[in-house]
Amino acid sequence: MKRILLLLLLLALALPARAQDAMIEALPGLGGGFGAQATAVERLGALGDPRALPVLRALADGRLLRGADGGLLIREGDQLLDAATGAAVPRPEAEPARININNRVRVALRGALGRLQIVSPDPAERLAAAEGVFRMRSAENLPLLEAALTREAVPRIRERLELALGASRLASEDLEAKRAGIAALGASASPEARAVLLEARAANAALLPEIEAAVAAIDRRLQLRQAAETLFQGLSLGSVLLLAALGLAVTFGVMGVINMAHGEFVMLGAYTTVVVQDLTRDIPWLAPWSLPLAVPAAFLVTALIGAAMERGLIRHLYGRPLETLLLTFGVGMMIQQAVRLTFGAQNREVISPAWMQGTLMLPGDIAVTQNRLWILAFSLVVLALVVAAIRFTRFGLEMRAVTQRRAIASSMGIRTGRVDALTFAFGSGIAGIAGVALSQIDNVSPNLGTGYIIDSFLVVVFGGVGSLAGTLIGAFSLGIINKVLEPWAGAVLAKVFVLVAVMIFIQRRPRGLFPQKGRAAEA
Amino acid sequence: MSVTALPGARASGLRIGLRAVLIGAVLVLAAMPVLNQLPQDHALHVSDFLVSVTGKWICYAILALSLDLAWGYAGILSLGHGAFFALGGYAMGMHLMRLIGPRGVYGHPVLPDFMVFLGYQELPWYWLGFDSFAFAMLMVLLVPGLVAFVLGWLCFRSRITGVYLSIITQAMTYALMLAFFRNDMGFGGNNGFTDFKELLGMPLSTTAARAALFYASLVALVGCYLLCRWITGTKYGRVLTAIRDAESRVRFLGYGVTRHKLFAFVLSAMMAGLAGALYVPQVGIINPSEFSPGNSIEAVVWVAVGGRGTLVGAVLGAFSVNGLKTWLTSTAPDLWLFVLGGLFVLVTLLLPRGLIGLVQGRGQGGPK
Repeated sequence: MKRILLLLLLLALALPARAQDAMIEALPGLGGGFGAQATAVERLGALGDPRALPVLRALADGRLLRGADGGLLIREGDQLLDAATGAAVPRPEAEPARININNRVRVALRGALGRLQIVSPDPAERLAAAEGVFRMRSAENLPLLEAALTREAVPRIRERLELALGASRLASEDLEAKRAGIAALGASASPEARAVLLEARAANAALLPEIEAAVAAIDRRLQLRQAAETLFQGLSLGSVLLLAALGLAVTFGVMGVINMAHGEFVMLGAYTTVVVQDLTRDIPWLAPWSLPLAVPAAFLVTALIGAAMERGLIRHLYGRPLETLLLTFGVGMMIQQAVRLTFGAQNREVISPAWMQGTLMLPGDIAVTQNRLWILAFSLVVLALVVAAIRFTRFGLEMRAVTQRRAIASSMGIRTGRVDALTFAFGSGIAGIAGVALSQIDNVSPNLGTGYIIDSFLVVVFGGVGSLAGTLIGAFSLGIINKVLEPWAGAVLAKVFVLVAVMIFIQRRPRGLFPQKGRAAEA
Repeated sequence: MSVTALPGARASGLRIGLRAVLIGAVLVLAAMPVLNQLPQDHALHVSDFLVSVTGKWICYAILALSLDLAWGYAGILSLGHGAFFALGGYAMGMHLMRLIGPRGVYGHPVLPDFMVFLGYQELPWYWLGFDSFAFAMLMVLLVPGLVAFVLGWLCFRSRITGVYLSIITQAMTYALMLAFFRNDMGFGGNNGFTDFKELLGMPLSTTAARAALFYASLVALVGCYLLCRWITGTKYGRVLTAIRDAESRVRFLGYGVTRHKLFAFVLSAMMAGLAGALYVPQVGIINPSEFSPGNSIEAVVWVAVGGRGTLVGAVLGAFSVNGLKTWLTSTAPDLWLFVLGGLFVLVTLLLPRGLIGLVQGRGQGGPK
């Protein structure tokens, strides 16, 4: 029987038109006795024809009917479909009879449906079927898999099918087929393929060298993928740190004002995103743009609060950094409590726009979440804008002049007070923008900022106070170091290690990676 | 300049007045557990709540004193003194846990409940010895002292000062908080230690035990105050103050700035540890939230409100701010954080010398 089936299948591969005929030929068996039904089910299952799938499903669900003329019909809701063509047919006068099945047919159906899913129109089902066949590891599935491979267009499913084919070949009796299977499995980067190969060692003593080589190849690829993923996670964490630290690099690094309320500005930026989202929710054409709109809104809100804080409070404490630290901490505490009372202590939901959701699969099965990719790009754009603002604008020039020699700048006609306020507002505004980005990956709660403040200071100190390049390098290196340490130290200990490492680093280079040079450094 | 160095007749009058007020305050505090024994309807009866809350405040006052020694006299604004406090508390907590013995819920002869729950087979090595009171007391001082020594040595020798140091100390307490939250550290994870039974053979729930702890705290407070007063009055103390005001100048004059600061920092951390050790049996619990950076910075506010650089100010600040906190968190809990934040702003902008500055009047000068 199996031989004949195999032969039939080979024919089916060579001649697609004949294959469809074979399906039509096998169909009437379903309406026969239980024995004929089981045979027909097995045949349809092995044929790998997508059209057989709805018919077998209908049979399994008790929706397959026998018409008065013996033709098979599928009940689909109120409609009746012809089993062979799938076309809707008018309801016949005589009520069609339901086709019953017994346990033997049910078992056959289960196997056939599992295999046939490999040609289902739904990609998720095909993927699941490919995994299932991979796990079965039986040479019987070879023709089915080969048929499915010729049809399959989705690369990810093709990959799984090829793995399944390799595993099935390895299970066959033919030595050459086994070799091909080992080669196919070895070309992948799949831990499951590795497990299959390791398991096959006992039964295939003759092929041991090939198997070992294939396992080694997989291991290499897995390590590479692991490294790539760690690198991405590190870059992603680095971009978050960069965003959080950029504002601080301006207020602390350029102005020398220590702002412990910086984290609260980040938090305010995140809440501005929530508010903008709530406001635009009922305006259909605006709603998808709420996130881009939140960026300038958050900048404005936090910049205004920052300017008010600088003019009203901080200005009186220039030259007294410890007092400034305490004062800004107090202000941060009040901002946090105000937000808690206004918006509630629980987390607020921020909906990511569709273009930020989902996961991107890079070649080699490296999973990359879209929103983290966007934030990575966003952080670099913000950095570029900050650098441009400081380098190329009038405001940036005045800012640099004031921080380098306040008295001279003042005598040249620069209104230093105004520049101070604008600089602080600028730094605070960047913190707000960071909040917009962080609202996409972190819980928006009144405590959002507290988690970032210490990390941000570490980044600025590590990179070198007053150096934006240092902030960039500092953020990404701390992010990557953190993620590299995490697998073997755990998230918490990794943080502690980084902390200690930065402290020891400061021992060697007290002014950070990129120390300021010249007179400004001594001030 | 400190209270002890005020010039002129007015200053000496102040000093005598201050001494009288201080002795009076100590006597009032000492009388509280006694007055607690009076019948409920007696006019001078002091409620259980007030006694226990005052006991806590006394521990906070020791913490404030220790912070003032570091900040007010040596210019080291530590945002991590809460960590030393908590470390001392944990050392005491470990002793108390060992004393529970087989009376835990699981009835294990040696292991505390949380270890049985987490599947420990035997006591981790760092728990050994904590069944002895003397060893535990030694650890109460040694552990915070050692942490402060390592941190201080690393920072002071590379001349990390000012806000950098503050942030590093804050990072330290943050890191310790994260570490103590972990279950596999062997310190009870986020539940910490609780359900203490006894200390030195006294069941902790009795009035006598609570009074004893109260008096122990009071004695410690007076002792720490006198120690700090003595230290700040010596030549060493003068050098310390000079370092605070002009570190480089003192260094160029040939003083070992690192050694001076390190001694003050380590001593201060030990005092904070002592405060924590006295605090834990009184409140009956210690958990990692004691490490949260907010706690440390609250202690800074006590000192700032009272008046840094004056030992009395630190104590006064601890009592007044905590009194305000206890009152506000029961009457208007939402307001408390506004008031606390407002205190930061008020003190730094308008009252740089704190409440003591108000008493002393203007023009006396203080730490800049």
